[in-house]
Amino acid sequence: MPAVAPRRGAAGGIALRISAVALGGTLVLLLGLPLVSLVLRIPPADLVVRLRDPLILQALRLSLLTSLAATIIVAGLGLPVAYLLATAEFRGKRALEAFIDLPMVLPPTVAGVALLTAFGRTGLAGHALGAVGISLPFTTLGVVVAQAFVAAPFFVGAARAGFAEVDRKYLDVAATLRAAPGYTFLRVLVPLAAPSLLAGAAMSWARALGEFGATITFAGNMPGVTQTMPLAVYLALQSDLDAAVALSVLLLLVSLTVLLSIRLTPSRLAALAARARRAAR
Amino acid sequence: MNPLLNAALALLGLAPILRQPSSAEPAPSTLTVYAAASLSDAFKELGRMLEVDHPGLAVQFNFAGSQQLALQIEQGAPADVFASADPRWMSYASEKGLVDGEGTLFARNRLVAIVPRTNPARITRLPDLARRGTNLVIAADAVPAGRYSREALHNLSAAPGFPPEYDRRVLANVVSEEENVKAVVAKVQLGEADAGLVYRSDVTPAVARSVRVFEIDDPYNVIASYPIAVLKGARNAGAARWFVDLVSSPAGQQVLQRHGLLPAATAAPAASQP
Repeated sequence: MPAVAPRRGAAGGIALRISAVALGGTLVLLLGLPLVSLVLRIPPADLVVRLRDPLILQALRLSLLTSLAATIIVAGLGLPVAYLLATAEFRGKRALEAFIDLPMVLPPTVAGVALLTAFGRTGLAGHALGAVGISLPFTTLGVVVAQAFVAAPFFVGAARAGFAEVDRKYLDVAATLRAAPGYTFLRVLVPLAAPSLLAGAAMSWARALGEFGATITFAGNMPGVTQTMPLAVYLALQSDLDAAVALSVLLLLVSLTVLLSIRLTPSRLAALAARARRAAR
Repeated sequence: MNPLLNAALALLGLAPILRQPSSAEPAPSTLTVYAAASLSDAFKELGRMLEVDHPGLAVQFNFAGSQQLALQIEQGAPADVFASADPRWMSYASEKGLVDGEGTLFARNRLVAIVPRTNPARITRLPDLARRGTNLVIAADAVPAGRYSREALHNLSAAPGFPPEYDRRVLANVVSEEENVKAVVAKVQLGEADAGLVYRSDVTPAVARSVRVFEIDDPYNVIASYPIAVLKGARNAGAARWFVDLVSSPAGQQVLQRHGLLPAATAAPAASQP
C-alpha cells in the first residue's frame, strides 16, 4: 500500500507536467506563430532595402522618439501616484485605482475622441492651451500625449506592485538614521523597486510604440510629424501588403531588441557573470 | 454638442484594421455588402428598402475605404457585393478573379471643400486654402478621395483667380492625411481642421449643420465614378443581384441623388434626346 501512494503521486505529477506543457505550448504557438509567419513572409534582403527608405526611417525615428518621451512622462508623473497607492490608505483609493486603469480597457479610438474633446481646439482644455499657444492635434506633441494616455496604467500598475513589495524594515532603518524622506525615496525605495519600475517602463514603452487608434484619431497622420510606425504600416496596408509586412517585421525587430536589452539590464548581466564565474570554478 | 457627438460617432465607426471574417456562417437570408465609406448613408437606406421588399432578408454593410475593402475581399472576407468609389479598385478585384468584368457604373460624386461653421481660418473662397497657416485635412493618397483631391488641386492651379503653384501651396498646408474620407469630415466637424476636401455626398443633412461648403467648378473638379458588382464568391448571389438591380433602378437612383450623388454618366439626359 505505501508503495502505491507515491506512485500515484508520481503519475499525477507526470500528468500535471504533460498538461502544463501542452497548455503552455499552445500559448507559445498562439503568440509565436503569427509573429514567425510574418517574418517568414518576406526575404531578409527586402528588410535591408526598406531600411534605406527615408520615409520608413522617418517613421521609425518618430516612433522611437515619441514612445521614449511618452515613457519618460509616464514614469515621472506615475512614480508619486504609484507610491501613494502602494503605501497610503485613503478614501477613494479604489476609485482612483479603477480610474487609472481605465485607459487600458478603453478602445484606443475612443481614447482619441476623448483626447480631442479635451485638448482639441474646441475641447474643454483646448481653449486654455490655445491661449498660451499650445496646440496638440496634428502635432508630434499630440502623438506623445496620446501614447502617454494609453501607456500610463501599465507603469503605475507595475510600479505600485514594486513599491508594495519593498520590505518596510529598510525604510524603518533609513528613518532611524534620520534620512530625509526624499533621500529615502530616491536612494532606498526606488533602487529596491527598480526591477518593477523598469518592467513597468518597458511595458509602457511597448504600449506607446504600438499605439495606433488614439494617435490617428487625436494627432492625425502626417509623415514626419505624426505618422509613427503603426500608422505607416496601416497606410501601407491600404496599397501594398508586402510593404506593410516588411514594416511590421522591422517594428517587431526593434521592439524585440529594446525589450530584450531591458530584460538584460546591467545588474542582470552582472548576476549572469557572477554565476558564470562560480560555474567555472 | 450634437455635431460633435456625430463626428465622434463617425470616428468610432472607422473600420478596424483588418476585419476578420466572422466565424459564424451567415444565414442564407443575410446579404453582405462591402461599400465605399462615401456611400454609407445612401446604402443604408437602400438596404432597408430591400429588407422591406424581401421579408426575412437581412442586409449588412461594411463601409470603409475602397482600397481597404478590395484587400479584405482578396483576403477572403465574406462579401456578396462590392461597391467601390474608384473603378481602379474594381479592376483590381477583377484582376484577382474576385468579380467578372468591371462592374456597373451606378453613380458619380464630386469633390467639395468644407470648413467648420465657425470658420476659424476665415476662408471665404477656394484660393484661401493656399494661405499659409491654414490647417487642411485631406484623405491619404491611397484612398480614392485623396487621389481625386490632389488631382482637383492640380487642375485648380490653372484656373483663373487662383495663385500660381496653388496645389503645392495647398498641399503644404495639409496637417493630416486621413485613411478614410469620413475621418476628414469628422476632423472638420470637430473644428480641429480649418478645411477639408470631401465628396459632395459626405455633406449629409447632419454634417451640413456644422460645416460650410465650397463648390469646385466643373472643368476643374474630379468626378468620381462608382462601380458595383456581385462577387464571384457570393454566398447569397440572388440577393446580391437584387441589391445591384435596386441600386441601378429609378427608385434606387432617387435615393442616391437625395444623398448628394450624381447619376452615372451613361444615363445622361442629353444622350437620350431624340
